[in-house]
Amino acid sequence: MSVAETIRDDVAGERGFQSDIPDRVLHIDDVHKSFAGLHALSNVDLDVRQGETHAIIGPNGAGKSTLLNVCVGRIEPDRGAVVFDGDALTGKSPHEINQLGVARVFQTPEVFLDLSVLENVMVPALSRRDGHFKLNPFTAFSGETEIRDEAEAVIADVGLKNRIHMTASSLSRGDKRRLELAMGLIQHPKLLLLDEPTAGMARHDTNATIDLLRKIKERGMTKVIIEHDMHVVFSLADRISVLAGGRIIAQGSPEEIKNNPKVKEAYLGEEQV
Amino acid sequence: MLGTFSRSDWLLLVIFSAVVLTLPWTLEPIGAAYPDLLQKFAIYGIFAVGFNILFGLTGYLSFGHAAFLGVGSYAAVWSFKLLTMNVLPALALSIAIAGVFALLIGYISLRRAGIYFSILTLAFAQMSYNLAYSVLTPITNGETGLQVRAIRKSAEVSLRDGDVRIIDQALGIPEVGVPITNLFGMKMSGYPGFYFCAVLLIVCFFIAMCISRSNFGMMLKAIKSNQNRLNYTGIHTRPYLIAAFVISGMYAGLAGSLLSITDPIAGAERMQWTASGEVVLMTILGGAGTLVGPVLGAGLIKYAEQKVSSWNEGILHGAFSFLPEPVQDFVVEFFSFFVGEGWHLTLGLMFMIIVIFLPGGVMEGFRRLRRAFANGASPPPRPVATTTPIAERD
Ligand SMILES: Nc1ncnc2c1ncn2[C@@H]1O[C@H](COP(=O)(O)OP(=O)(O)OP(=O)(O)O)[C@@H](O)[C@H]1O
Ligand SMILES: [Mg+2]
Repeated sequence: MSVAETIRDDVAGERGFQSDIPDRVLHIDDVHKSFAGLHALSNVDLDVRQGETHAIIGPNGAGKSTLLNVCVGRIEPDRGAVVFDGDALTGKSPHEINQLGVARVFQTPEVFLDLSVLENVMVPALSRRDGHFKLNPFTAFSGETEIRDEAEAVIADVGLKNRIHMTASSLSRGDKRRLELAMGLIQHPKLLLLDEPTAGMARHDTNATIDLLRKIKERGMTKVIIEHDMHVVFSLADRISVLAGGRIIAQGSPEEIKNNPKVKEAYLGEEQV
Repeated sequence: MLGTFSRSDWLLLVIFSAVVLTLPWTLEPIGAAYPDLLQKFAIYGIFAVGFNILFGLTGYLSFGHAAFLGVGSYAAVWSFKLLTMNVLPALALSIAIAGVFALLIGYISLRRAGIYFSILTLAFAQMSYNLAYSVLTPITNGETGLQVRAIRKSAEVSLRDGDVRIIDQALGIPEVGVPITNLFGMKMSGYPGFYFCAVLLIVCFFIAMCISRSNFGMMLKAIKSNQNRLNYTGIHTRPYLIAAFVISGMYAGLAGSLLSITDPIAGAERMQWTASGEVVLMTILGGAGTLVGPVLGAGLIKYAEQKVSSWNEGILHGAFSFLPEPVQDFVVEFFSFFVGEGWHLTLGLMFMIIVIFLPGGVMEGFRRLRRAFANGASPPPRPVATTTPIAERD
């Protein structure tokens, strides 16, 4: 029996009481996904509780982004289900999932490159407010003062205030990441999924992002965060799941994960904790 | 909406209107100030402005918009035959039918994006074109084209032609020979026809301006920029695309209607793929995504078409008469490929030059000129000079 399997058994033993957590918002149930024979995800179970910051860590290619893709409807799992707040997300299209209150911050920034920073943030705000299709060819975009004010505030929060009228394509990679974050935040989602929000940022900017995410936490937003930077993980996470080779090999509080020798062996060994 | 139009928006609208309405004088020197051509400018301007709502804002390249132009033309002539020679019902009917038609085609074509979308629209337009020549001959009158005829003495013949003009007859409007299109008695050919088209162009331009400044327009731009991302932002993009497609189809229907209003005969060639390609050229030549560009492109192409296709070897000999005889013969021989019947060759070349050297079209050219003047002789600054890559900071 491999190390991973032993740990997995431990986790499975825990599942008994985990599955009747009353305040869980996201429930990932036995999700499988393989790409042409490569098992990107196998038997993944995960519960995220209301208001917590749940970190998912694991080596490159562990399946972390794939897991988020399954959650937001980008990828259909081969098996298993994702339930959010009582609604099954599997089988729903991305816009429906977003309208249920799940927003995603992408690993490789996916912003509207031709639009300005302000417009990039106002569009998700409009979609949150208007929801379904609205044919409003005579409602001036520039007349949306309320949404613009809010967008400006969020842009200032992520530190892009002096780039507000720049075209997104002219932003640096790190700035695009902040823009991504702003686009997620302005929607006030019930659940925010963050895929390496600080990758490529300098330490100073990383700390600013940590502070920002802490502030949001105080507002009660539930977050799932994928991170390689252990400083970020241990500053923010209430609970941590470790994904390796498409399997959850450990789950617990930061202390438990830090002291779990098998996790160290499987993953943390590569990093300076 | 109007309250939020900025001063420069108003200025643009006023200048645009002024330029359009004074064309009969300003185009005099280049020999383009005759009603036929002026009407074409305005009509194809409308066609291109509408096409730009789809292509310029969403980036979806339709290769079948001529179908809506054709549908609009036929609908207008039928309105003249069945209802009245007054142009207003014809306009309404054309826009409505083109809209329904666009909804149908758009609903199916927009299941795909990119090249597949373009090909679907092209296929639909070619189907319409062929149907107009074959099965639908009772409606389109096939190759002869659909036209207005006088009401005959024998009710039976009139009914067979379809020329009954119920409304005109009910109102007791007398008819002598083949009646002409009119707006409450004012004839709609010649200069009045141009002004009618010009006013509609201004209205259409204004609506396009509202759309491009609206929330709806912003969603369309976001679709062009990154449709996938917009989905993850909670927007179901298809209804927006269908709406844009239908609106631009209605613009095309209106343009088709005006073609019939100024010259009440409708033929299937208006639906041919070359006509669809032409509006693509107009939009790109002028500057896709800009407000004024498509109108400019339409004007340029219609003007060039009129001029270049009327040139012949005689005119070329005149133009190159300063050259010695043998050289002159050679040069004229060469250029004669590009004039008259060969005008499409010129059009193709023009288009290639624009796409390669000025992909933003004429409007992009203006912007570059303005920048060059603003900077004087100094080279333009790097546009992203204000951002430093994150790694280089600290
Ligand atoms: N669309 C896809 N098609 C084929 N293989 C894929 C696809 N998406 C992911 N994979 C594979 O699945 C595995 C997991 O990828 P994933 O992106 O989820 O890893 P990750 O944990 O996010 O890694 P990283 O830390 O590098 O972002 C990888 O081996 C990857 O190559
Ligand atoms: Mg990843």
